Amino acid sequence: METAIVNVDSHPLDTILRQERIPHIFCPGCGIGIVMHCYAQAILDSGIPIEQHVVVSGIGCSGRVAGYMEIDSYHTTHGRAIPFALGIKLAKPELNVVVFSGDGDLAAIGGNHLIHAARRNVDLTVICCNNFNYGMTGGQAGPTTPYGARATTAPYGNPEHPFNFPLLLAAAGANFVSRWTTMHPHQIQKDILYAFRKPGFSFIEVLSPCPIGYGKSNQIEDGVEEMLLYKERCKIDKHVPLEDVEIDLSSNQPIYVGRFVDRNSIPYQPIRIEE
Amino acid sequence: MNAAEVRSGKHFMHGDHACAEGAIAAGCTFFGGYPITPSTEIAEYLARRLPNTGGVFIQMEDELSSIASVLGASAAGSRAMTATSGPGFSLMMENLGLAIMLEIPCVLVNVMRAAPSTGLPTLPGQADVMQAKWGSHGDYQIVAYAPSSPQEMFDLTVRAFNVADRYRTPVLILADEVVGHMVEKVVIPPAKQIERWERKRPRQMPGEDFKPFAVEDDDLVPPMVHAGEGYRIHFSGLTHDERGYPDMNAETHHALVTRLSDKIERNADEIIIVEEEWLEEAEIVVVSFGCTARSAKRAVREARRVGMPVAFLRLVSLWPFPERRIKEIAKDVDAFIVAEINLGQVSRELERHVTQRVVGVNHAGGKMMSPDEIFRAIMEVAGRGNGHRQRR
Repeated sequence: METAIVNVDSHPLDTILRQERIPHIFCPGCGIGIVMHCYAQAILDSGIPIEQHVVVSGIGCSGRVAGYMEIDSYHTTHGRAIPFALGIKLAKPELNVVVFSGDGDLAAIGGNHLIHAARRNVDLTVICCNNFNYGMTGGQAGPTTPYGARATTAPYGNPEHPFNFPLLLAAAGANFVSRWTTMHPHQIQKDILYAFRKPGFSFIEVLSPCPIGYGKSNQIEDGVEEMLLYKERCKIDKHVPLEDVEIDLSSNQPIYVGRFVDRNSIPYQPIRIEE
Repeated sequence: MNAAEVRSGKHFMHGDHACAEGAIAAGCTFFGGYPITPSTEIAEYLARRLPNTGGVFIQMEDELSSIASVLGASAAGSRAMTATSGPGFSLMMENLGLAIMLEIPCVLVNVMRAAPSTGLPTLPGQADVMQAKWGSHGDYQIVAYAPSSPQEMFDLTVRAFNVADRYRTPVLILADEVVGHMVEKVVIPPAKQIERWERKRPRQMPGEDFKPFAVEDDDLVPPMVHAGEGYRIHFSGLTHDERGYPDMNAETHHALVTRLSDKIERNADEIIIVEEEWLEEAEIVVVSFGCTARSAKRAVREARRVGMPVAFLRLVSLWPFPERRIKEIAKDVDAFIVAEINLGQVSRELERHVTQRVVGVNHAGGKMMSPDEIFRAIMEVAGRGNGHRQRR
């Protein structure tokens, strides 16, 4: 079969990405671009007017996504994206406010804000790219680094257990919690759209390859290898006990994905007294 | 602002409550805060008031998130504030820098208590003056007002919102425990007499060529766009260009940081407030602020009664420092006395601007300074020992 080179003038997401900011900073094999694509597509599919979409990011590679999305976007301080987003949402409840950030930003320095936003069940959607390490600073261990995995600050293997996001967020009170990997773009996009419409706090965790940061220390040589690992080991099971969904990339245990929490607790509303 | 929401009239009011009423009168519609003595009464009061005035009150999980929520609300167009004391003020330094960098207006009240660390939570201090100026990393200019009475807790809170909006900057109220917890007469003017300075807004419509950090006027303040207005803007705490996009180089950084500083310095005359009394023919000037200014005024009055050529200068605004005015005053005087409840923060700043002798009256905090202490200092500087002899 002959292959023909076709020049195209535009990309389907041109209207939603800041073209003058492309190429992005993500490394070859990084999964963040896939998740950003899913988010952008969900915005286009949502039917919500473009001016009502707001994205807030913290610091790190995933935090750069705010700068690539051509919507109102705020690239804030490390860990504080959620409370900044909360302020926007409470000031203008008609806006569709999304926090797009990484695991280190959301679970370590921003961990307190994450659980309290879930406890309040404030109407935000959080998209968390979990690549198991601090990628931008060169592969340090974080609160999602699997037990025993290596990192530049865990040269003898990580002696700590990682946060299990679905268990944490379910316990804290989120209305919607799901986990996918970058092997599941269709499901990610669908869940982002679902979270837009779902009142209360929604959290979508996406396991995402970081071959340069995490992979280099853990014999996952490139992004494709990690994608294959996801493909082989992921198991969709929304009934699995959440205690059992901690991630261990090095063993042969299943990596559980799916919609783990979907409930309708009353979302946070500021008190209004009508006189 | 609904006029019915302003509690116009004469009140016998707590300083923290007066601050909260000032916020309501200024049209504040968002408070995000965390309880801390001696500022808690501001949060408690607004928890009752804001739900009645169409505003949002939220108690956050800490001070890091309190100021973050305030910045988000302001970025979406609300007049927003928080209130805290030293330990919380330290945590807020992080996003104070973000407010400077993103040019997001907000009001941050620090009711100062004796410090460092937990210090004396229920007792006064004035030792956060330099933290207010330099506490967040990097070079920037800050605006800070220091109320001396519950009336000023009201008035300066209104002013703080106006200055914040006009110059797109965080504005600090550096109150202290004495003024925060003092109950005194407060007059709240009719709603229509409460001045309101609006944020500068873009001249372009969404879709037109618009750069959210481009300066079009001499005041160096770029127009402010809020979330949800269709401009599809980007705000980044990274060094950014006029479009708001990260631009990682020394030239852009220098241009941005100097503009942010110059923005305050260029407009300093409109921001600064000082109170001056008896400067004509004075040889000594007593400088003070906040609760200490109340003692200082008494001491100056007593010293003048015994013939001392002494004047009173109160820094109603602490930052930007009124250096031009102080240099003018210094031409005709021999010495400055600075009374403050810290170990010499304003005296050191003053020394940078004058060649005259600067004498500090200081203690580390925990009690109000008495007029006697300041009176004795005046007598010593005037060469009159313990103050028993009268000057001729």
